[in-house]
Amino acid sequence: MEHSVQEVTFHHEPGGNEVVKKIIKTTIILSVITIIELGMGLAMYAFPMAAGLKLFLKGVIVILSLLKAFYIVGVFMHLGEEIKTLIMTIIVPLLLFIWFIAAFLWDGSSWKVLRNTYNPKATTEVHAEGGKY
Amino acid sequence: METKWWSGGKSPFNVEYGKLMMWYFLMSDAFTFGAFLISYGTIRFSQNYWPDPNVVFNAFPFAGHANLPLAFVSLMTFILIVSSVTMVLAVHAGHKNDKAGVIKWMIWTIIGGIAFLSCQAWEWTHLIMGDHAVLVNGQIEHIGTTVTRNPWGPAANIAAHDGHHIGTTGPVAFGGYFFGITGFHGFHVLSGVVINIAMLIMTMNGVFERRGHYLMIEKAGLYWHFVDLVWVFVFLCFYLI
Repeated sequence: MEHSVQEVTFHHEPGGNEVVKKIIKTTIILSVITIIELGMGLAMYAFPMAAGLKLFLKGVIVILSLLKAFYIVGVFMHLGEEIKTLIMTIIVPLLLFIWFIAAFLWDGSSWKVLRNTYNPKATTEVHAEGGKY
Repeated sequence: METKWWSGGKSPFNVEYGKLMMWYFLMSDAFTFGAFLISYGTIRFSQNYWPDPNVVFNAFPFAGHANLPLAFVSLMTFILIVSSVTMVLAVHAGHKNDKAGVIKWMIWTIIGGIAFLSCQAWEWTHLIMGDHAVLVNGQIEHIGTTVTRNPWGPAANIAAHDGHHIGTTGPVAFGGYFFGITGFHGFHVLSGVVINIAMLIMTMNGVFERRGHYLMIEKAGLYWHFVDLVWVFVFLCFYLI
């Protein structure tokens, strides 16, 4: 074994009907989550609501989408069945997204605040600064 | 007995080289899509006004001017979810060395991919060719959504003779980001369909049967599921919130 040139991998058992059952179950979960998301998206359009409630609903939709991503990667892409070190080499680099999202949305928001502060006309115009953006 | 993965002679991650590299490619691709979507988020957070997706995406083929917010994009989302399911069934058939099963489910996956692309072609055409009366520099103009024009601004204080409200133009970045990011995703779907067709032909020719395993179907499957995964976030950022 030690002198073998050939790469050795151990295959998973093919699995029978329980695999298909798991696939069907995941399909139903993904569909139900999507329907809930759509319902919330439409509710924001159909009923007038406070900005805070709207923001809360958007937050829930983001969390539901992350849940969908978890099911797609874990079940459909079988990442959950790989060995732990492999999973970590995929997941750990993705943690960069936490900074990536926070920093850049903060930057965008700051841009808006500065523009509205120093160019009061901007609050009443869609095209602040001549509609460049 | 506990397996010593790093003692040599074994693949420490217990996956074939190509499959591992597919995972790392997908991780890097996730950052590419992430960068695009975050850039869109930055610009959107910097604006005082952004169009409501329920208003922009309310058309359905053959439904005329009926107001059906998000109906068509929901259909597209379900088409992609179903094609992801048929793909995972093809991978499952491959695990069992079931050639006929792989062929059947690959055909359904390819049909799903083509259906999604057709829907997207219709949606783009509808947005670009759209004819919306908007107030531009005091003049009423009829424009569609492009990378340089956005008819989805706030309502102007005037109404047309039929009582229809005239709008103003919205943030220009809307079209660029929408067509850029859904286009980049659509290009991934297109290449996924091409890869799947290649895999189908190879399966039919018995290439994987002779090889003794259907690992190539697994790798194509990973790519296809990633396309579905990205759509979850495109759908979230452009249509839901």
